[in-house]
This record gives sequence, structure tokens and C-alpha cells, in this order.
Amino acid sequence: MSCWQTVQDYGLRSLGIGERLLPKADFTLCQQFTLIGSGMLWNIYFGVLALGLGFFMATALALGKASPSPLIRKPSDWFIFLFRGSPLFIQFFLAYEAFVLLPRNGIDIPLGIVTLTAETRWLTKAWAGALIVLFLNTSAYAGEIFYGALQSVPKGELEAADAYGMTGWSKFRRITWPTMLRLAWPAYTNEAIFLFHATALVFFSGFPAWRQQGDALYYASYFADKTFNPFIPYPIFAGYFVLLTLSVIVVFGAINRRLNRHLATERRSRLRLRPQIIR
Amino acid sequence: MKRILLGTAALALSASVVSAEVVRMGTEGAYPPYNFINDAGHVDGFDIAVGNELCKRAALTCEWATNEWDSIIPNLVSGNYDTIMAGMSITAERDAVIDFTQNYFPPDPSVFVGLSDNIDLPHAVIAAQTGTIQAAHVAETGATLVEFATPDETVAAVRNGEVDAVLADKAFLAPIVDEDSELMMIGPDVFLGEGMGVGVRESDTELKEKLNAAIQSMKDDGSLNELIEKWLPGAATF
Amino acid sequence: MTSPDRNAILAQLNFARSVPRPVFDFCTDPSLLDDLPWLACYLSTGKHMAFYGSFITVLVLLAITAPIALAFGFGGAMAARSSFAPLRWFGKAYTAMVRGVPDIAFFLFVPIAMDQGLEWLRHKVKCPDWDLPVRQGNDFVVCDAAKLPLSSSPQWVHEGYGFALAVAAFAVVFGAFAANVLYGAMQAVPRGQVETGEAYGMTARQTFWRIVVPQMWVFALPGLSNLWLILVKATPLLFLLGVEDIVYWARELGGSKTSTFTYPHSDWRLYYFLALLVFYLLLTQISEKIFGRLSRRLSHGQATLGGEAQRKAAV
Repeated sequence: MSCWQTVQDYGLRSLGIGERLLPKADFTLCQQFTLIGSGMLWNIYFGVLALGLGFFMATALALGKASPSPLIRKPSDWFIFLFRGSPLFIQFFLAYEAFVLLPRNGIDIPLGIVTLTAETRWLTKAWAGALIVLFLNTSAYAGEIFYGALQSVPKGELEAADAYGMTGWSKFRRITWPTMLRLAWPAYTNEAIFLFHATALVFFSGFPAWRQQGDALYYASYFADKTFNPFIPYPIFAGYFVLLTLSVIVVFGAINRRLNRHLATERRSRLRLRPQIIR
Repeated sequence: MKRILLGTAALALSASVVSAEVVRMGTEGAYPPYNFINDAGHVDGFDIAVGNELCKRAALTCEWATNEWDSIIPNLVSGNYDTIMAGMSITAERDAVIDFTQNYFPPDPSVFVGLSDNIDLPHAVIAAQTGTIQAAHVAETGATLVEFATPDETVAAVRNGEVDAVLADKAFLAPIVDEDSELMMIGPDVFLGEGMGVGVRESDTELKEKLNAAIQSMKDDGSLNELIEKWLPGAATF
Repeated sequence: MTSPDRNAILAQLNFARSVPRPVFDFCTDPSLLDDLPWLACYLSTGKHMAFYGSFITVLVLLAITAPIALAFGFGGAMAARSSFAPLRWFGKAYTAMVRGVPDIAFFLFVPIAMDQGLEWLRHKVKCPDWDLPVRQGNDFVVCDAAKLPLSSSPQWVHEGYGFALAVAAFAVVFGAFAANVLYGAMQAVPRGQVETGEAYGMTARQTFWRIVVPQMWVFALPGLSNLWLILVKATPLLFLLGVEDIVYWARELGGSKTSTFTYPHSDWRLYYFLALLVFYLLLTQISEKIFGRLSRRLSHGQATLGGEAQRKAAV
């Protein structure tokens, strides 16, 4: 069987398109590259959506944590403490156990005359359940980063905004928020990289694989178990992740340049590739 | 994954035997009543009872080690223990990698268990433990396979409605169905595999012969049937 | 969940053995007991003792891994600063690797690679006249004398070896993280300090050990405390290395039990995992408190913002 044929058969296997049964014997390098690559689609799906949604939640949490009202501050504090203080692995387990405990016929929500039945079964599937956990997790980490940046927004900029008569939403939208992002960006880039790494835990963590559709690590360990040889699938997996990490750095670097474009060249903060490790 | 737990079970079986040969017995420890970890924290069950008796008859010193199911064969092959007694059915696919003794438990049916018998099995969502004959069977029937690492999780998935049914050994599911009025067996029994045997490395012919002889002697004097009746009431005997 | 083969095992501090009989006298027939005594008996079974013992396993792993990882990190950071190019490249590559690849990949890979590597070396030394290939198809076959540990070894050796492999995997990964942090901290020591040392005629080695190393800790502390928290939060991954840790026991104990067991119950995994959550929240919370205190002590007398604030407060 040619390699191209293998790619056609298994390239989208992780999404359930192509051959139904996984290869069982006579594994080729091509099969390993194709299937592990196919699994990467899930890693990208989880990473992109969790980051995209988490960005807004994180902003809200940062503002909440900086709020003078304890009614808003305390819940934000606790949320961040809960998700930053415990292992993601445990969060996955707990979330799965909690989701399966939801009534299997759905929850009835009485809305006056009509009763709405909320379907809950989909929450136990990785595409939804794990995404929710990753989303909450990255929101907490990024929220803490944004909060730190918010505290370091220079007073002068805020006073200048006041002097221009800006208030409320327009001041936040045009001054506070862009500066906060600019300051937080290097740390946030780190968080993004580590969130993508965390997506490798999804199918190792209590969410079962349906129809043998899993992420890159699911297939890598499938091959390692079947061939008893870890020296091929794990390096392939690592190679894919290096590429993914480099793409994240390129995209976030471009955004960083845009955030800093108003500054004189020598004052622009270059995206440092080594600073704190977040997770 | 090698998982040797319970150093507990260093069973110096026959004190009179001076043989220094230690045979490490691998099991899963999560498949009652075949093998499980009892409340005292020791491995226990049908496999263990048979294994200990076999060691006694073959004059071997045996020590139990537990290992996760999905890597139980690789770790036998790489020498982390010397036998597998984990309710493992003899199949052609496994036989290609390791060797089996003659069976110590006759072919026993597998069965589907679900919350209602109103299930279209070929198109249903079926849970099975990863790497079992039942999982392979489901993957080939066209039903949707959902894999779990441990047997316990497959049953939990039926209870919480995540899947329509589970396919596993009847002797494992029977006590669970007896004690849970919600669960029921669905459809006819499914016959898979050629009974359960002790897995050994292909190069270990000497150990294999010793165990074969011991199993034969247990079959001959009826003591194997006694153990089956004790641990797996209602199951087929020799 | 699949969990690939690692030759790792676990060191299970074997509490089961040390509990020969029920802790409470009334536990002889649990099926007759009321709820409360039943629970007391249930929570004091040998299996639960093993569960409690596994918390110590986790703490022991942390206590052993942290200093080793710090040493790896120190070596990596020194290598990355080396004037000898190949050593420097090695140091940089080591510190870069954890950024590109998820740590979980290392945890799955390092133990088995180390195990096979060591066995292969011993095989070469101990069985020079072995003529079969070591890799036969799927099998990795070395002579009996080269096995690690020897199959005749007692159980605790097997357990200890597996635990050591797990420690090694953690040390390699967290060593790379620590190297990042320490490299940054060494660079952060004010250049003027080193120049002053040189002006006094110190060699490069002397300035490094007498000036850079003593002063870098205050700069390294935020990074190291962060790293400690990451290490704490990575310990559930021990479970994937085959170590019988708290996650393993929580799953084992929480699963529903039929009357084959002395204490039958339904699916209680949620409660066990909640207990683990509380354990980790406490551990991270206590760690943060300790690091906060340490940071105040280290800042004392330093030409940093924190040190300056302390000086002003004291005046």
C-alpha cells in the first residue's frame, strides 16, 4: 500500500473519516506519521478553542480580581485559586466524574409554562467536556497574568486618558486594555504554549476515546503498545509538537509586534522565549 | 505500564522446597472475581487461587505482581514478570506474541449488559476494556466502540448512560447484574476465545511444561473444578 | 485511557503488610454494622492504609526529585554559559527542549529509554559472547545477567527501581525548567558586581562561585517557587508511569464494589477525587506561604525593590 493511500485512509481517522479499523499488524512509518498527525487535529482544536474563549474569560477574571467590590473580587479570587492550585490531571478526572453524574435524561429547566430539557450527555465526551476544563483552566492562568499586567499599567497613561476626558468603557477599551495586553503578552505567549502541551493529556485523563478517535498521544501510545518500541512514535509526536510550538510563537510574535508598533524600536519589548514557566 | 504493586504476595508456598527459583506472576488486579485487590490490600481471586495451587504442585516459589491491562503483554515479553494470569483468553493474535499453557478455565461466554433489553446491538454504543477480545469483537461488528482502561469503568459507563451496553466476560458481569436491579443481560451469549490460559514468554518452554503438568493434575483430581465452583458459581467446568 | 509500557514501577510504601488485623475490634463482620462504625472500618482497611501510604509516596518523590532537578538545572545553566561551544549548545538545547515538547511525552519516553539503554550497556559488558540481536522483531532481549533488576531480586528491588526511573524522568524534565530559571538568574546578577570582583583580581571561576552564585538566588526564587508548584501539580502523572500513587488508589478504591468485597459500595470515585483536589490545594497553598516567607528573608539587604522596601520599613 502506498504512503499516499495510507494518508487518504487515515489522514482524518481521528475525526472518524476514512478506514474504520486501525492497523493491527505490520506497522509502517507512514502509518505512524499519518495517524499521529491525524490526532494532532484534536490537539489543535482543543488548544485554539480553549485559548480563544479563555481570552475573554481571563480578561473578565482579571477585572474581577481588581474590582473594589468583594462580591466580584472574591469569586474571581477563588476561581483562580481553584484552577491554578490543583493539577489539570485531577481537574479532568473530577470533571468527567461530575459530568457523568448528571441525570442521563437531561435536566428539566422550568421556564414558567414551558419546561426546557437540557441535554447533558454530550458533556461526557472529550470534545465538549475536556474543552470546558481546558477553557476554565487557561482562563484562570491567563486571568492571573492579565491581573498582574493590569496592576502595572502606568499611572501616567491613565491620567492622560482622564485629561482627554475619557471615561468608563472608552478609557478601558482604548487605554487600559491595550496596555494590559502589551505588558502581559510575553507571559501570555508562554501560557498559550503550555496550554497546547496540556491538550496532550485529554485522552489520558478519564475521557474515553470513542470509535478509537483520539489525539496525537492516543495514537502514539497505541503504536508504542503495539510495536513495543517507543523510539519511533514518541519522537514523531515530539516532532509534531515542536512544529506546533513554533507556529504558536510565530503567531503570538506577530501579535506582539502589532501591540508594540507605536513604540520606538529600541523600546519594544522583544518576545522573550524563555521567561517564566507557567504551568 | 509496569505496575507491581503489593509486594505483599510473596508466597513462600512450599517450605520444604529449597528451589531458589522465583517465578513472578503478573496479574491485573481489577477484574473480580478473576483477580482483584481485596480490602486488606492483597491480590485475590480465582486466578490467584489457581496460580498458588499450580506453584505448589510445580514446586515453584511464586510472587505476585500487578500490571495495567494494556501493557500486560509487553511487560511479560520484556521480562518484568514471568507469567500472566489475568483472566486472559487464549487468542491467535496473542498467541503470535506469547505462548499459552493449556487452558485452566474452559471457554466461557461473554455477554452484553445494559439498562434495557430494547437495544439494537449492531448499531448501539458498546463499552469494552481496551485490548480485550471483547473490544476486538465490538470493533468488527459495526457497533460504536468506546474503550476504557479498566473493567470497572466500562460498567460505570453503562450505569451513567454514556454507553448503551458493555460487553465482557459473563462471570465478571453476573454478580454485578445480580446486585443491581437496573442492569440486565441483553441478547444471547457471545462465544469468544478458547478459554483462559497462563501466558508465558515463547522462550520459556520449561516453565510452560511445568505449568501444563500442574494444570493437568488439577484437572485430573477435580481440584480445578472445585475452585471454579467456589469463585465462579454457575460457570462451565471441565 | 491507555497507558503505555514504561518499565516503571512503583514504590509502594507497603502499608498493607504492616496492618495484620483490623484497626478496630468491631470490624470482624462489617455487613452487620451501622453506617458510622461501617465507615470507620471501611476507612481503616488494608487497602485504605495503602492509599494513605501513597500520599507519602508522592511527598517522598517531591522531596527526592526537587534537589536532583535543581542540580540538573544548575549543570544545564552552567553549560549554557560555558565558553566551550559544544557544551554551550548542549546546555541551550537542553533548556530549549521542554518548551517545544509536552512534558508528558518525556514522562512516557524517558523511563523506558533509560531502562533499555541501561540493560543494553550491561548486556554489552556482562554477556560479550551473546550472538543474537538484542532487538528481535518486537522483543527487546538481553541476557539474564543484564536484566534490570535481576528477575531473582526481591520485590522491593523491583519497586525501588521503578520509582528511581520515575524520579529520573521528573528530574530530566524539571531540570530543564530549572536550568531556564537559573540561567536567567545568573544573568540578572548586576554586571558591576562581577566587574568589581575581577578588579580585585579574581578569576572567572572565583567570581562565579563567590559572587554570582551567592547572589543569584534572590533572582531565581520567583522562578523556582513557580517551578515547585508546577512540580507539585505534575505528580499525578506518576500514575502514568506505573507508580501506585494517590490517583491509582483513588480510582481503585472509588470504583463500585460488589459483595465479592467485604465493603461493597457504589461508584464513589467523585468523593475520592475531591479528597485529592483538597490535598493538592492545601499543598500548593502551604508552599506559597513558605516561599513568601523565604522571599522576604532572601530580599534582606539586596539592592532590589523588595530589599529596599525592607530597608525603609526598618528605618
